[in-house]
Amino acid sequence: MTAADLRLQDLSVTYRGARGPVPAVRSVTLAIAAGAPVGLAGESGSGKSTIAHAVLRLLPPGTELTGQILLDGEDVVTMGWGRLRAVRWAGAAIVFQGALHALNPIRRVVDQVAEPVLIHSAGTTHRQARDRAAEMLSRVGLPAGTSARYPHQLSGGQRQLALIAMAMVCSPRFVIADEPTSAVDTVTRARVVRLLTATAAEQDIGLLLISHDLTLLTTACTRLAVMYAGRVIEHGPTADLASAPRHPYTAALLAAAPAVGDPAARYRPRGLPGDPPDPTALPPGCAFQPRCPRATAACATTDVELRADGPARRTACLHPGPAT
Amino acid sequence: MTTPVLSAHDLTVRFGGQQPVDALRDVTLELGAGEILALVGGSGSGKTTLARCLLGLLRPDAGEVRVDGRPLGYGAARLRGHRRQVQLVPQDPAGSLNPRHPVAWAVAEGLNIHRFPRAGLPDRVAAALAEVGLSPPGRFLPARPRELSIGQQQRVALAAALALAPRVLVADEPLSALDPPARADTLALLLRLRAIRALSVLLITHDLAAAWQAADRLAVLHHGTLAESGPVESVLRSPRHPATRALLAAATRPLPRRPQLP
Amino acid sequence: MIRRGLPLLGPACVAGYLLTAVLAPLLIPAGRLDPVRATGPPLTPPSYRFPLGTDSAGRSVLELTLCGSRWSLLIGVTATVLAVGLGAAIALASGHFGGPGGAVLDRVVEWFVILPQLPFAVALGGVLAPGALPVLLAIAVTSWAGVARVVRAAVLAVEAEPYLERVRALGAGHVHQLRHHVLPAVRPVVLATASLTLANAVLTETTLSFLGLGDPTRVSWGSVLHDAAVTGAVTAGAWWCLLPPGLALIVLVLGFEASARLIGSIPDGRVR
Repeated sequence: MTAADLRLQDLSVTYRGARGPVPAVRSVTLAIAAGAPVGLAGESGSGKSTIAHAVLRLLPPGTELTGQILLDGEDVVTMGWGRLRAVRWAGAAIVFQGALHALNPIRRVVDQVAEPVLIHSAGTTHRQARDRAAEMLSRVGLPAGTSARYPHQLSGGQRQLALIAMAMVCSPRFVIADEPTSAVDTVTRARVVRLLTATAAEQDIGLLLISHDLTLLTTACTRLAVMYAGRVIEHGPTADLASAPRHPYTAALLAAAPAVGDPAARYRPRGLPGDPPDPTALPPGCAFQPRCPRATAACATTDVELRADGPARRTACLHPGPAT
Repeated sequence: MTTPVLSAHDLTVRFGGQQPVDALRDVTLELGAGEILALVGGSGSGKTTLARCLLGLLRPDAGEVRVDGRPLGYGAARLRGHRRQVQLVPQDPAGSLNPRHPVAWAVAEGLNIHRFPRAGLPDRVAAALAEVGLSPPGRFLPARPRELSIGQQQRVALAAALALAPRVLVADEPLSALDPPARADTLALLLRLRAIRALSVLLITHDLAAAWQAADRLAVLHHGTLAESGPVESVLRSPRHPATRALLAAATRPLPRRPQLP
Repeated sequence: MIRRGLPLLGPACVAGYLLTAVLAPLLIPAGRLDPVRATGPPLTPPSYRFPLGTDSAGRSVLELTLCGSRWSLLIGVTATVLAVGLGAAIALASGHFGGPGGAVLDRVVEWFVILPQLPFAVALGGVLAPGALPVLLAIAVTSWAGVARVVRAAVLAVEAEPYLERVRALGAGHVHQLRHHVLPAVRPVVLATASLTLANAVLTETTLSFLGLGDPTRVSWGSVLHDAAVTGAVTAGAWWCLLPPGLALIVLVLGFEASARLIGSIPDGRVR
């Protein structure tokens, strides 16, 4: 079988808001292949979660979707309803944030993890589905008694692991993890990320990791894409991007989360002035310009797209590069 | 050493029920004037319980809380006085503001409760907003919480606490709902307040990088007991307790080369 | 535009009834409803002179229905004010203060919730002289607990809000918390419940009057129905004695329920 391949081509998502259209994602092009996890970083409101939901067409009715989402060559945007249902979960699965309300509070964990199996494999009995679910739960490292418990009896970290089990139970070709560590304490965080990357590697799954924690992504992904105001503003191999960012926003994100023990960061938190722009009221020209320390007059009038900026790297900036 | 402005001595809090559990056990902690103390620990370590005891919202089963060396009284009048000195910045910015009240009302609320003269209120409210970086104040005064970003809501809650000119700020996980750039902004704000007002801050967080960036001392809680405490540099560079080491290991690895800043 | 206006039908309807209740005695002098001084022929079907016919005493059913709204609404409103006032107060006390006292109040509420309304009213009617008082007491005593239960749930929801703890940390006392945070938050629930309680109160008053337990000197919808049943108007086939008060009651109750739904649908103004 050919390697798993997910491509977003010129994807744009516009919500139908109360006060007019809200362009959450603007012309995003991204490719994810098995064996090379891709990290998607950005602040809240940058459009990252929208992309996760768009891949499985889980967007609210009335949302406008343009462009292509090619899942192993099939375009999800134009897929028929029946094929879409089959693809949902068995083709690509989402690991949601492990908050308490991601799981049904009145059903046991094992039943919830078994549910996708029952939906996607006609002819499986309840017992078989539950066995598979229990097997999956132990595979992600949850103790034996977890299956019979209810979500509120689990810790945040355990819930997240259960959601990963749920995503993997139908052996999907792609897994999109949307903020998989936000509701998890620090010690379990590393475990969750290791589990995702290890499973993706051993089962040849394409993995897209979405998080606002850039340093977390640098430990797990081969390539990184940074989003701002609905656009990908920098894209490249992790090591290069993390050590020498070309876009000022990427540099600011990295500087805002320094390493513990780095003397340069002691008593010197480096944030970014201002707030992310309102998607319904984007400034003319570059969306980052109002907060950018390198902005020039041209930045306020010219809207920049991703363009090649070195080997395998792309940046959406009129003045890319390190500080002068 | 000078008297700590706020301290806990052998604090023990027990939660009952079918299986009674010690949320805090014999915890002794001191916060000096003009000091930023980071309180870290995993979930369930007792950080929030300790914060609530220090705020006077929870009475310990054993041990005592002291303010300027004197035991905290739990009578209504004593507690009111305590509240003026020690303020809370809660964890969830969206939930910490009443959605029906405009910003002006929320920031002035503490002043109204403590019966500050009405004539001076608008100035104090404007000053508090300016201090947290919400300018021009006129733009934010009539706004409702839902019109603001999470970072701005956080700053309104902070302004409401600062309006009373407290000596101590207890910030319960103020960073967890924020994105990394907003986190760094909040830490920079706390450092500024410390410099300008000699404000003492108890910064409760699970983020060691935040402690590294802004705190003077660090205390590690583990399952209700104090595992380790001391200056940030020494605790983080040479951790002694296994809990501290586990937290440090979980904090992500340093990057290969320092990123160049614009 | 019609769709936008539809939800307002409820309050508009209620307003119409209130207006009628207020204006009726001005348009219809009290004497006309005195059975002794009735002028019309008894039990006549609707005609030009008596648009809704006459009852067994010769009174115009139209006038009876219009004036009857007054007493029904008066009793209903009074009983509702009592029930909602008591219920909301107890709900606030038990929800906000809690503790052992709150637990005791909760048990009291539970006891009153299961009290059956009609048998209790009949029993009261037997003990006290039939009239306004047993009706009022019966409705108030059996309605307040339902109000208390609903309002208590709303109070508990507000008490769990993080902003309330922050306000306590600011130094707010109970009065401040209740006045500025708890009460404004539960006000929509109280109003919606009050509307439903009012609907039930009017229905109960009518039922009790129909059973002969109401104030015999007052004209209300229930008393019209009672007369119709007792004097044999029903068996004589005089449908016009039953339909107008019955319909008036149904429409009013629907109006209250629609109003309650409208109040409940007003957004809280919060986005999470």
